[in-house]
Amino acid sequence: MTFKIVVCAKQVPDTNEIKIDPVKKTLIREGVPSILNHDDANALEEALKIKDKYPDTHITVVSMGPPQAKDLLIECLAMGADEAVLASDRALGGSDTWATSNAIAAAVEKLGGYDLIFAGRQAIDGDTAQVGPQMAEKLGIPQVTYVKEFEIAEDMKTITVKRALEDGYELIKIKTPCMLTAIKELNTPRYMTVGGIYDAVAKDIPVWGAADLGVDPDKEVGLDASPTNVYRSFTPVPKGQGVMLEADSEKEVADKLLVGLKSKHVI
Amino acid sequence: MDFQLSKEQEFVRKMVREFAENEVEPIAADVDKEHRFPEENVKKMGELGMLGIPFPKELGGTGGDNLAYAITVEELSRVCASTGVICSAHTSLCCWPIFNFGNDEQKQKYLPDLLSGKKLGAFGLTEPNAGTDAGGQQTKAEDKGDHWLLNGSKVFITNGGYADVFVVMAMTDKSKRTRGISSFIVEKGYEGFSIGKTEDKMGICGSSTTELVFQNCKVPKENLLGNIGDGFKVAMATLDGGRIGIASQALGIAQGAFDVTLEYMKSRRQFGRRLADMESLRFDMAELKTRIDAARLLIYRAASMKDAHVPYGPESAMAKYFASETAMYVTTKCVQLHGGYGYTKDYPVERMMRDAKITEIYEGTTEAQKLVIAASVFGK
Repeated sequence: MTFKIVVCAKQVPDTNEIKIDPVKKTLIREGVPSILNHDDANALEEALKIKDKYPDTHITVVSMGPPQAKDLLIECLAMGADEAVLASDRALGGSDTWATSNAIAAAVEKLGGYDLIFAGRQAIDGDTAQVGPQMAEKLGIPQVTYVKEFEIAEDMKTITVKRALEDGYELIKIKTPCMLTAIKELNTPRYMTVGGIYDAVAKDIPVWGAADLGVDPDKEVGLDASPTNVYRSFTPVPKGQGVMLEADSEKEVADKLLVGLKSKHVI
Repeated sequence: MDFQLSKEQEFVRKMVREFAENEVEPIAADVDKEHRFPEENVKKMGELGMLGIPFPKELGGTGGDNLAYAITVEELSRVCASTGVICSAHTSLCCWPIFNFGNDEQKQKYLPDLLSGKKLGAFGLTEPNAGTDAGGQQTKAEDKGDHWLLNGSKVFITNGGYADVFVVMAMTDKSKRTRGISSFIVEKGYEGFSIGKTEDKMGICGSSTTELVFQNCKVPKENLLGNIGDGFKVAMATLDGGRIGIASQALGIAQGAFDVTLEYMKSRRQFGRRLADMESLRFDMAELKTRIDAARLLIYRAASMKDAHVPYGPESAMAKYFASETAMYVTTKCVQLHGGYGYTKDYPVERMMRDAKITEIYEGTTEAQKLVIAASVFGK
């Protein structure tokens, strides 16, 4: 039976090129090239690796964004995805993460069955890391975030993942269908192929609006339905650099640490 | 007139640029220094479809066009001219003549492996005494009934040491001069065929440039490409297209030198200011940018004409002539803009300047291009 994977991807401004408006404190998006969000590329790559190993795998990429986000889907198809769908509608504009996950969860349900949903950990423009987990809650499936290593059992029913946390790892076994979010350490995304590009541009990419998705613009999606909005964007003040204590013995290091902490009145 | 690239062409540029910056650029200086053929990247280029762009899918190509192919050579050459010419010689000089002049059996036998990069191609026309005067071929092919017997040698053959399939010109009837030349498909490993001297060159040091030696080399009867006596026609038509590839290589070299110089000018300070803030140097860059864009438009026009199946000989000659001189002009200027650092191997512009020179010479010198252009102006 075909193993169905949905990959969620977002088109984001290339943050290497981005500048912040000094007065308005918002991102200057004009003239900034758009790219496939890095973590999402890792999610797609992992899906493609499953397909390399088990050819009876079908990958659909779902994105939400303005009409030009189709370019990102062409890129995903040219890398090897089978199908792509864009959720795009004026009524979806201004959605926060809650409203966005409503729209994308609706798109996933409209696609029909799935065995695995793979998203990036977070998008480099908003950095919220919320849309994936919210979708999983709304679809009522288990989720594991920050996936660093991935292995699927031959029966395609169980997945073992290594989850990277700030202070260590978790090894988790999870049953399909489930939702995972990828981090960049998971893999190195492949290139598009020239042949893939020609096939991808020729492919039809359906565009679904709020009506197609069956979501209510007053209550579920769009600016008005969003319970949160951005109050202010700013560049955080960089934290001071850490200090490395070095000495010949552990005791001397501990002494230095004590002196340091006392001098700052921490202890 | 439409100056917009197609969606496909834009994506090909994006994809090749990513590949070139991640895989090709990091080893470009070493490839040059060690005179090393970048085999690992050529293999990857094959897998990604870069070695079979302007050919139909049924034969193993990508179904792309000549403009996308030109963009590919340009983007590869932007970071490494050696890698660019490997793609160009393979595509334009070996795959294309087999595709255009080969019979169905020849196409089925050779193209799938060539276009997917499983095999690499080369082209043998030039001889020690037949350079621009390509009609003065000495290599002979004798009809021995069930096979052809080749004797002679070829020089300056790009990809020579690494190619599996060669399109080779040889005299089948010396009395007929250019009409006595025929073309053949020769495989590596044929009895009596060997690779001779490898050239030690000024630039494109990662490209394998060798001699081909034929000593009673037996070539199967069915490997005659086109009709007997068509060899010169095959060679000239092949070079018309090859010029688009070399022009694109030259364009890429010029663009690459321009891009690294622009970055250098933004950081280099003299007299308390960045070079990028000095008007005369800004004007230099304005001039280089204009020349590069002019070359690009000539090349893209020639490639578009080839895609439209209209005659494009003089246009590809103009593109090659102008782009190669632009590459030499731009890289020389970029070395100057780098000052003393530009003359060292710590910066890539000296390599680019050495690489640029060959584009004025191979696949038809600037003078040979002017012959073609003048003939179109005055009539032959």
